[in-house]
Amino acid sequence: MSHVDVANPESAWYGGKSPFNVSYGKLMMWYFLLSDVFTFSALLISYGAIRMSAPEWAAPDVVFSAMPVLGEGYPLIFVTIMTFILIMSSVFVVRAVQEGHRMNKKGVMTWLAWGIVGGVAFLGCQAWEWTHLIGGLSHGHGMTISEINFGPGTEHYPIQFAFLFFVITGFHGFHVFSGVLINIWALIMTANGTFERRGHYEMIEKIGLYWHFVDLVWVFVFLAFYLL
Amino acid sequence: MAHIDIDIHEGHAHDHDHHGHRHDDHHDHEHHEPGFVMKYLFSMDHKMIAKQFLITGILWAVIGVLFSVLFRIQLAWPNETFPILETLLGGWAEGGKLDPEFYYALVTMHGTIMVFFVLTAGLSGTFSNLLIPLQVGARDMASPFMNMLSYWFFFLAGVVMFVSLFVQTGPASGGWTAYPPLSALETASSGSGIGMTLWLTSMALFIVSSLLGGLNYVATILNMRTKGMTMFRMPLTIWAFFFTAILGVLSFPVLLSACLLLIFDRHFGTAFYLSDIFINGEVLRNSAGQIIEGGSPILFQHLFWFLGHPEVYIVILPAMGMVSEILACNSKKPVFGYKAMVYSIMAITVLGFLVWAHHMFMSGMNPFVGSIFVLFTLMIAVPSAVKVFNWITTIWKGNINYTPATLFAVGFVSLFISGGLTGIYLGNSALDIPLHDSYFVIAHFHIVMGLAAGFGLFAGVYHWFPKLFGGRMMNTTLGEIHFWITFVGSYCIFWPMHYLGMTGVPRRYYSFNEFETFSVYAELNIFMTVAAIVVFFAQFLFVINFFMSAVSTRRTKSKNPYNASTLEWTTPIEAGHGNWPGAIPEVHRWPYDYGKDGYETIPQTIPDSRLNEIEKKGGRTSR
Repeated sequence: MSHVDVANPESAWYGGKSPFNVSYGKLMMWYFLLSDVFTFSALLISYGAIRMSAPEWAAPDVVFSAMPVLGEGYPLIFVTIMTFILIMSSVFVVRAVQEGHRMNKKGVMTWLAWGIVGGVAFLGCQAWEWTHLIGGLSHGHGMTISEINFGPGTEHYPIQFAFLFFVITGFHGFHVFSGVLINIWALIMTANGTFERRGHYEMIEKIGLYWHFVDLVWVFVFLAFYLL
Repeated sequence: MAHIDIDIHEGHAHDHDHHGHRHDDHHDHEHHEPGFVMKYLFSMDHKMIAKQFLITGILWAVIGVLFSVLFRIQLAWPNETFPILETLLGGWAEGGKLDPEFYYALVTMHGTIMVFFVLTAGLSGTFSNLLIPLQVGARDMASPFMNMLSYWFFFLAGVVMFVSLFVQTGPASGGWTAYPPLSALETASSGSGIGMTLWLTSMALFIVSSLLGGLNYVATILNMRTKGMTMFRMPLTIWAFFFTAILGVLSFPVLLSACLLLIFDRHFGTAFYLSDIFINGEVLRNSAGQIIEGGSPILFQHLFWFLGHPEVYIVILPAMGMVSEILACNSKKPVFGYKAMVYSIMAITVLGFLVWAHHMFMSGMNPFVGSIFVLFTLMIAVPSAVKVFNWITTIWKGNINYTPATLFAVGFVSLFISGGLTGIYLGNSALDIPLHDSYFVIAHFHIVMGLAAGFGLFAGVYHWFPKLFGGRMMNTTLGEIHFWITFVGSYCIFWPMHYLGMTGVPRRYYSFNEFETFSVYAELNIFMTVAAIVVFFAQFLFVINFFMSAVSTRRTKSKNPYNASTLEWTTPIEAGHGNWPGAIPEVHRWPYDYGKDGYETIPQTIPDSRLNEIEKKGGRTSR
């Protein structure tokens, strides 16, 4: 019953170093994202369960057909723009990370600032969409968490669509909002030269991971409410 | 102080960025004596944070167990009045008799406090914090700052829950599982109002605490192991904490989502969990006049138990890990089947995610789905049995030193067997039809999860007390008395409950007076309550022992009082922040070289070439 204990000092798992060759901070960010996957999965599975038990569902073409200034009649155009903005914002943050690897403080600041602009623009779009939907009820074309009404032919739109939409996109919006705040904090830190003194811009990379994750989650939220 | 800690982990980050460096840069920071607030309150030293978790956990345990004594009194003497109860509880026990609403609040709070605050935070929070850096050879957690936040979020969760005990309408009273609609409708019962809101707030804070802690534990174990500490040279405690953290990081977020949706149902007029609710013959409508419909209370049950079931493994795995370690150390024999133990923990973790619906067999589930959950549930018996046999074979013919810690570890094995066997009954969906929601279930989970984890906690405290309080030991005689009263008393409380459950006595009833069938159990109920009261008071032996020993002036002279092999016993008796004054020791062997080649113990830090430095004693030469 002897224990064979052979350990190879060359192995990545030998100890004294990170087996994945990443810092603890990046590792934690990955695990946090994994944890957040479960948060959103729970919400989206709830969406699925409630939708499957509903006899009828709302048609996204009817619900999301408005554009600022132009008015009704543009199904899913506005949300396409929103999605494009969020994806572009992710691209900007990729550029910021890249400039970080080059130790280019100015580049990091420029692209991070564009990333923040993208995030704020997305939140602005979401605010407009919500306002339009909620305010539209008085004209017979809108919904709130407790009412849904899009005029004749939509009498069977279930209220579940409305509250699922507001809670889940709201929860995603909250993630974007916190991401914007974190990005602003990182921008200030970069401007102060904190990361330059530290010798690396890993913080931007970690924040970038979060930002891309928020983007990725939007793809699923978008799919659930606007496409399916 | 903040500056010092940042230095500590910056040092680590540095190591990881540039391979080849070791994290043994000397820690001359320890000369700075931090002030009281930084040393005891906002400490970032994992050893202090462990103590904070433990002492908070002990306080909560006293409250939680006291609650069970209060409702046991009601169950034993439903017709009597106890004026002292009115003195203690005021309006909740008018005339010395518990108010039925408050009875449910007590049951709910007992469950919540014991499961989350005592057996999750008090157990895993304490020992993951204390032992992970010490046993893997790290200066501190990966992020000491997040570790501090983890404690303070737990503290805040505790404050909110504590406040909820004193609101006029009482704390949450819909059961620790918080099933809607009782928890979703503010008017459903008096506890469904502000008490439930505070409960949800407290749980949200608790989830944040658990997430911060869990991320830290995982990152520390993976990234901060000292040189030579391969994964398969880690003590089983660390393996257990590792998988406990994974379970927590992946299952608590689902509870967060469940609570979020519940909050919307309660306060904003949604209907995630509600459908066609009738109150006094009137259908429930939202503020816009629409009928509240379309949701499902079963959805909440699924979300809740997706956390709820892994939660029982979050509670039991750390206890299992510590018991393995304590039994091997105190019987001076290697853990039997080390790798089998590791793979069992892994199997329990994976299967633990696939069995949640066995809590819901009676919710109208499709029998085919039920059969799948039965299969996975019964499969968990396999790794659990592997562990049990390995504990028994570990101490078999060992040179056992019966310290209080060993006694509690053996008690753990006994309880785990007794409670585990009834799990095989309950895991069958057909048997669950008569047994669900009965005292059989109460007996099962209290023995296998509540008591067993509690025994693991006691074993851990008795064993690692010198590491918590600078070389001080707890009083052995008091510890032994504490063990025997608790062990015998616990069986006296919970064993009879099996008989009650098998004849259909339902759980959560305020009184059985009205039921002719159950009147035969009147005396048994008194017996169980008396046992509960005795066990409750016996716990003060532990509390007194704990606090008296913590301030005692007598300390061991030895760094390694149990002659153990693991790294935590290589630190100074009073280790400062950073744990090792010099370099972090390197590891050359697995943690269970007990009784090998005539050596009682070969510490992990000793390479084969330096075996002549340690004394041969007691170890058997051949095995």
